[in-house]
Amino acid sequence: MKYLDEYRDERIAHGLVAEITRCVTRPWVLMEICGGQTHTIMRYGLDELLPPEIELVHGPGCPVCVTPLETIDKAIALALRPDVTLVSYGDMLRVPGSNSDLFRAKAQGGDVRIAYSPLEAVKVARANPDRKVVFLAIGFETTAPPNAMAAFQAKREGLKNFSMLVSHVLVPPAIRALMTSRQNRVQAFIAPGHVCTVMGFQEYEALVRDFAVPIVVGGFEPADLLEAVLMLVKQLEQGEARIENQYVRSVSYAGNLAAQQIMKEVFEVADQKWRGIGPIPNSGLRLREEYRAHDANKVFDLQLVTADEPAECISAMVLQGLKKPTDCPAFAMRCTPENPLGAPMVSAEGACAAYYHYRRHTVAS
Amino acid sequence: MAEVLKTIAEMSCPTPLPAKDTILLGHGSGGKLSAELVRDVFLPAFKNPALSKLDDQAIVQVNGSRIAITTDSFVVKPLFFPGGDIGSLAVHGTVNDLAMGGAQPLFLSAAFILEEGLSMDVLRRVVESLHKAADSAGVQVVTGDTKVVEKGSGDGLFINTTGIGLVPDGLEMSADRARPGDKVLLSGSIGDHGIAILAQREGLEFESAIQSDSAALHTLVAEMLKVTGDIRCMRDPTRGGLSSTLNEIAAQSRVGIELIERAIPIRDEVKGACELLGLDPLYVANEGKLVAIVEPSVAETVLAAMRRHPLGKDAQIIGTVTEKNPGLVVMRTPLGTTRIVDMLAGDQLPRIC
Repeated sequence: MKYLDEYRDERIAHGLVAEITRCVTRPWVLMEICGGQTHTIMRYGLDELLPPEIELVHGPGCPVCVTPLETIDKAIALALRPDVTLVSYGDMLRVPGSNSDLFRAKAQGGDVRIAYSPLEAVKVARANPDRKVVFLAIGFETTAPPNAMAAFQAKREGLKNFSMLVSHVLVPPAIRALMTSRQNRVQAFIAPGHVCTVMGFQEYEALVRDFAVPIVVGGFEPADLLEAVLMLVKQLEQGEARIENQYVRSVSYAGNLAAQQIMKEVFEVADQKWRGIGPIPNSGLRLREEYRAHDANKVFDLQLVTADEPAECISAMVLQGLKKPTDCPAFAMRCTPENPLGAPMVSAEGACAAYYHYRRHTVAS
Repeated sequence: MAEVLKTIAEMSCPTPLPAKDTILLGHGSGGKLSAELVRDVFLPAFKNPALSKLDDQAIVQVNGSRIAITTDSFVVKPLFFPGGDIGSLAVHGTVNDLAMGGAQPLFLSAAFILEEGLSMDVLRRVVESLHKAADSAGVQVVTGDTKVVEKGSGDGLFINTTGIGLVPDGLEMSADRARPGDKVLLSGSIGDHGIAILAQREGLEFESAIQSDSAALHTLVAEMLKVTGDIRCMRDPTRGGLSSTLNEIAAQSRVGIELIERAIPIRDEVKGACELLGLDPLYVANEGKLVAIVEPSVAETVLAAMRRHPLGKDAQIIGTVTEKNPGLVVMRTPLGTTRIVDMLAGDQLPRIC
């Protein structure tokens, strides 16, 4: 398939690996931020191809994984209300809350629907004026513009029965939190290509400056990731720290300005809790006051008691790149995609699920 | 006190409960949850040698004849889709389950569960399509049943078909017969049916409409059996896709299976749709494809026979049965690395971004 096969080409990939091997002289720890990138690395076994000096650790960029337990619990509680239709992206349905998930809420009679776009949820609200339609609006900067557009349209049309349960997270504050952590091991970052398609990479310049850490905006195909690794290794070996763009076919310096504008119109930056990591200042988005009529947190009275995460789950360490999923004693034993102890085992993009689905054979042998 | 503590511990456990208390949609996905349901609920209740083989059809002896019997229910939405409809699918699905045991399909039953309010025209079109598909497959619908449920208790129209056929003497194909060294053959491109249905259901538009591959495979099977008796097993990778089918064979035969990623035919349109939706074509349903595990010395002969038939013209050898990794399906990627092709717990979920 054109525009895809060339980025999965064996010769190109092996050429890049040879170049990386030639450049590297000592050990480096690199983190790919996005779960989609982790998925590609595991699916194609890129870490097996790289020289032993390069250690790839997996970042917190799985939106499903970092959505706080409280948000999931609220979504489930809303879904179980007879007057509510809860609309969500598909992979949120299996994520465990304190004691249930949305699939189970659906089986108990909750009206839970999967949408590919938040605008479908607006359509559902328009077609069912007697139902209170709630969209579970989660994700990074990538899904923020379409989610914002849904709220914008609902407001413009005066759709009183549409609201959003928002749990949005931002990448740069997460990188800042990782870099300021005393336990940090990461020496360079592959920034998420889809997020930067929306936001550009201007805002990463401050990170490079403040922490002298090389950052390369990377794509999602094997050749993209290997090229991003090569660019980072070259910087590291030469003692440089710059922001570079590998994903030039999609990402520009300023990003998608129209998308940024709708985000600004609807959302404002707020403190945000990350599942498995904890609160990070200014790392999330919430609906602006003008949109309070469409804010599920304000429309509904949602006071819930949320449980603690299971003590055995090391997802906090995994999401910060401090441990590998296979370091967890519960991995593939007491924690599987059918019975996950933590969110990274649930989502297709979660690091634990990626190891489980693609790598059990190498762990065992 | 200990009891109270235990209760509190259970209440606060954020782990989703093992899916044992209620039926979830995933129990119908053809993945791990479906397998659990069969293992924990159905097998203990009905245990007998024919059922325990867990093949697509049961083969029983009656007065010296080997009779294959199978049943399947069809709940597809939408009822009409590019390349077929629920009527033709109800014939192809059941005929194929018979054919995978090497049986010559003979007779079908057809039971209709209709929802109050269904348009008579829709029913007529479905019945006509079912009739045509049965005719062209050379099977007769010899008995049937109709039930009507209240509006809201069904989804327009469900069909169940049961089929019987005759299996030639000496032919033994079963999912527990794969042996290290055997070759894995696939009759054509994967994912067409599932993506055609999804595109129609979700109103997704692509440059060229993706057609379901729904087709009766028994004539293709007959061509394959003409050239050899050394086919260990055949399966049609329907729900759960190629991955689930191969995982079942690997588990039942206690062998590993190693696939070559680039040998697996996938249409560009299907590949593109899967990329867009975040789905893996290995888990997407097919309704007109078969997988055969074949003794290595006859693999090329069987492949040539498949390619001579219109439904097998794109057939490929996609992998090998191995002693290594028993119970697992492993795939060699285009980059020369290997990864597991796992069985999914439930349905594939479209990814958020």
